[in-house]
Amino acid sequence: MAQIAESGGGDHGKGKKRAKKGSTHVDMTPMVDLAFLLLTFFVLTSTFSKPKVMPLNYPAKVKDETDVKPPKANNVVTFLLTDDKVYYYRGEFYPKSRPGANGPTELSEADFGSGENSVRKLLASWNEYVIKNKVELDKKLDAKQIADTTYERKLNDLTVKREAVKVLIKTDDKALCKSFIDLVDELKIASVGVIAPTDLSAGEKELLKAKN
Amino acid sequence: MPKIKMPKGTPSIDMTPMVDLAFLLVTFFMLTASFRNAEPVTVETPSSISDKIIPENILMVTLDKDGRVFFNLSDAEARKEMLNNMLQKYKIGLSPEKIEEFSFMSTFGCTMQELPAYMNTEAAKRASFPTKGIPTDSTKNELLDWLSFAATAAGNTGRTAFEEAKLKGAEPKMEDFKPKFILRVDSKTLYKDAQVVIDVFRELNLNNLNFVTSAEAIPVN
Repeated sequence: MAQIAESGGGDHGKGKKRAKKGSTHVDMTPMVDLAFLLLTFFVLTSTFSKPKVMPLNYPAKVKDETDVKPPKANNVVTFLLTDDKVYYYRGEFYPKSRPGANGPTELSEADFGSGENSVRKLLASWNEYVIKNKVELDKKLDAKQIADTTYERKLNDLTVKREAVKVLIKTDDKALCKSFIDLVDELKIASVGVIAPTDLSAGEKELLKAKN
Repeated sequence: MPKIKMPKGTPSIDMTPMVDLAFLLVTFFMLTASFRNAEPVTVETPSSISDKIIPENILMVTLDKDGRVFFNLSDAEARKEMLNNMLQKYKIGLSPEKIEEFSFMSTFGCTMQELPAYMNTEAAKRASFPTKGIPTDSTKNELLDWLSFAATAAGNTGRTAFEEAKLKGAEPKMEDFKPKFILRVDSKTLYKDAQVVIDVFRELNLNNLNFVTSAEAIPVN
């Protein structure tokens, strides 16, 4: 307690009336109580971090899908998502009926951990070219040898090069948003610039079904 | 042996510095706190390494884990314009007070039929309003209408804000005033539900989307 206000002065039997001599202390306890109550309230309710956003560009919608052929890009990896599992294959898709040079396409499983089979490790090895060059660009930017806009342009050029990995993301009906966003996040960590969420083909659907 | 004298009277501690500190902290928290508007749904967003802070002028579609669709437009002026257009299109009447109230609300989710009942519900009870969210099926795609009216309205208010900033002598970038399209999904939302909403955005030729995520540390290697 701060100070208990004592009643000073007091009656004296006789003599002149004197001005009160008591202490000038005010009992601050209720005010302190209130201050701390408010403090606790604001500490507990205030939100410090604003939510962050992760940008992702979707391909523009084409009105007539029949005459659009899939582009032949180099170094394409296709990720297939179902439930919380991730599968992938590299290159073009070869169904069993029309196998390629290395036989029909088979799916390999990956995970979001940090082990040998994780998406992060795989992407780091596939996209080594871009990651290595990006480090150099970052250094130049830090040393102020190039402008921000030049940096962005060069990085953009880098991610569409032949050596850079391009990624297709395909999801089935059971895929969760969490795995989709985790995957896009891993792609951004690995500086993959070309990310295209697309639909599953019938052949891929069958392969996914066989896996589960 | 002399006795130890016990001090008489009330023991007192000078609390002034503590009170000073307490009030300083109260003032700090009061001024820095930004309150969140009441949301009708709770959404647990996934995490990513992105450090881009959510922009000011936004159109946000929220999907909860059951796939219900909710919508929010940040700008109050644009909200009013959007609502008036929607009411006209669906031929639904709403009192001017309710329209005013709507313009200061945040996320909402109900069909156009349910809207008058939704607005008449007490603000605190709207979270438990029984609804399936904004319909997105191809036959009755209300989300498409909300989005297209909202995009136009938010684009207009953004342009006005840009002109005003220009008059003030600053050198604003138009890019900062354009409405941004935000998608907020729960970790457990099925991607196919999100895809329906994404397709509505793409239908309107809005292809640059942003996913709300909570921050996560960037891995070092």
